[in-house]
Amino acid sequence: MNSKVIYEKSKGLSDFHLSYCPGCTHGIIHKLVAETLVDLDLLERTVGISSVGCSALNYDFFSCDMQQAAHGRAPAVATGIKRVRPDNIVFTYQGDGDLASIGIAEAIHAAHRGENITIVFVNNAIYGMTGGQMAPTTLLGQKTTTSQDGRDAASQGLPLRVSEMMAQIPGATYIERVSVHDPKHVNKAKKALKKAFDIQNKKLGFSMIEFISTCPVNWGINPKDSVDWAVDNMIPYYPLGVYKDKTVGEK
Amino acid sequence: MSKVLMKGNEAMALAAIKAGCDAFYGYPITPQNELPEYLSKHMRTHGRAFVQSESEVAAINMVYGAAGAGARVMTSSSSPGIALKQEGITYIAGAELPAVIINVMRGGPGLGGIQPSQADYNQITRGGGNGDYSLYALAPESLQETVDLIKESFEIADYFRNPVMIAVDGLIGQMMEPVDVDREVKKWDLKPKTWAADGNRKDHPKNIINSLYLDPQDLENHNIKLQKKYTEMKENHQRYELINMENAEIAIVAYGSVARIARTAIEILAEKGIKAGIVRPITIFPFPEKAFKELPSSVENLLVAEMSMGQMLQDVKLANECRLPIHFYGRVGGIVPEAEEIAQKVIDIIGGQSHE
Repeated sequence: MNSKVIYEKSKGLSDFHLSYCPGCTHGIIHKLVAETLVDLDLLERTVGISSVGCSALNYDFFSCDMQQAAHGRAPAVATGIKRVRPDNIVFTYQGDGDLASIGIAEAIHAAHRGENITIVFVNNAIYGMTGGQMAPTTLLGQKTTTSQDGRDAASQGLPLRVSEMMAQIPGATYIERVSVHDPKHVNKAKKALKKAFDIQNKKLGFSMIEFISTCPVNWGINPKDSVDWAVDNMIPYYPLGVYKDKTVGEK
Repeated sequence: MSKVLMKGNEAMALAAIKAGCDAFYGYPITPQNELPEYLSKHMRTHGRAFVQSESEVAAINMVYGAAGAGARVMTSSSSPGIALKQEGITYIAGAELPAVIINVMRGGPGLGGIQPSQADYNQITRGGGNGDYSLYALAPESLQETVDLIKESFEIADYFRNPVMIAVDGLIGQMMEPVDVDREVKKWDLKPKTWAADGNRKDHPKNIINSLYLDPQDLENHNIKLQKKYTEMKENHQRYELINMENAEIAIVAYGSVARIARTAIEILAEKGIKAGIVRPITIFPFPEKAFKELPSSVENLLVAEMSMGQMLQDVKLANECRLPIHFYGRVGGIVPEAEEIAQKVIDIIGGQSHE
């Protein structure tokens, strides 16, 4: 019988067993990042930065060179590398606790300086690794271990829209928010990553792709319902789309 | 090249360029600002990287990144800024990366003051960040020694794959002295940085820069490996100077600017017929315990003089092993002790009027 390979794991990923919980979309996002680096033939000269959170261990998962960063500091670490290795491709992979809370200054200022790096920002509206605490991105009324009666605007503020904020920074080149809740959106997300890494490869400046993601374990709902919850609750508050594209003029 | 008259902070900056520093990342803080100011111009003309970061925290994490990519990299700051950098410093030590950190010390605690101080001794020698790690810490007394040690510190950092701190006080940063920036310094036997995550997979298998070890046994093994490095520093790389120690009846223990002032103090004492010597630590980590074993039997007292409330005193007590009485003279808040004050303290000790 003749067989033909129609799908295989990207060589941008190692053979390590991913540490993510079942139903979490980190796996899809890893696949997309890895495939993009391979498709654009960038993998061999890429350095990825792991952050702190669920993705802290992904220095083992990608097959490019990797450096692990302190909580929130990945864009500073990426800056340090990129400035001495300007011909390399440098990306950070950060969650919403890491980027939107403890690392907001580093993210803003990397964009502000127009660092020629790419941030892969995974927003699941909660701290996953530490056990489900409230993040800056936690939705109003959403119950977490530190907002047990639901997030309350008066005492805990309104959820932070990171892509909208980053798009306001004059130095940023490309900002897009995507989702991976169905195949159509997965394909769109991959196009966004391709655009971001292509911009970096052409030395056109700072790019960030925000992914709407899920956290079935800490949301306390099953993977299928988590996807529905993200579509019904997150996307209306965090609309998908390109927030800034300097390569075609400002939006 | 002959000597040129330079301000301390600028001479330190030039020394880094001469040492092949590829990148400087820093944040403004008094009294070290002339250092990044000088580099902001001259690193670019040398085709090197310079970033004024958004914070001390960001600067040291940029250092961590560049060091991980195999570059020679430096940051500089002053005491409260060094406190902010401690997070990054422990990551650099934990991931075994070379980096040079200049600390132009000012008075504390808190925002403290902007005048010279040595009150970072504990912050430098006792870690400051989390975990069991040590910096190789050099504390020069003159601009020439500072320049020479900065140049060598890049070699030392690469050799040990460990951060090196140059600890000077605001006096050395701010004063002008004649200095030869081209003087030859010791070259260490360095291996290629095959471990660097430099995004060059064509030349090497995948490299990972990391300080995370979730398995307790792995983390203990990693700590044991790190300790071997610090033990090697302690056994083979203590640096110190014994000054005027022949027939000395008292040894003044002082480093940095205070050692320099003590040199004048022992001249004042000599005029009064008192023989005083100086133990001058050049490394404050590893602390030069060996110096205390070399003291002549004529020495009957030790006087620790420093610009802190006695932070180095603890290391002197350990090195002294209860042999000699130890006295202390410290000025803080940015007050630099006068040679006459130190001399008077010695006179009080010898006359039996000091009872620490």
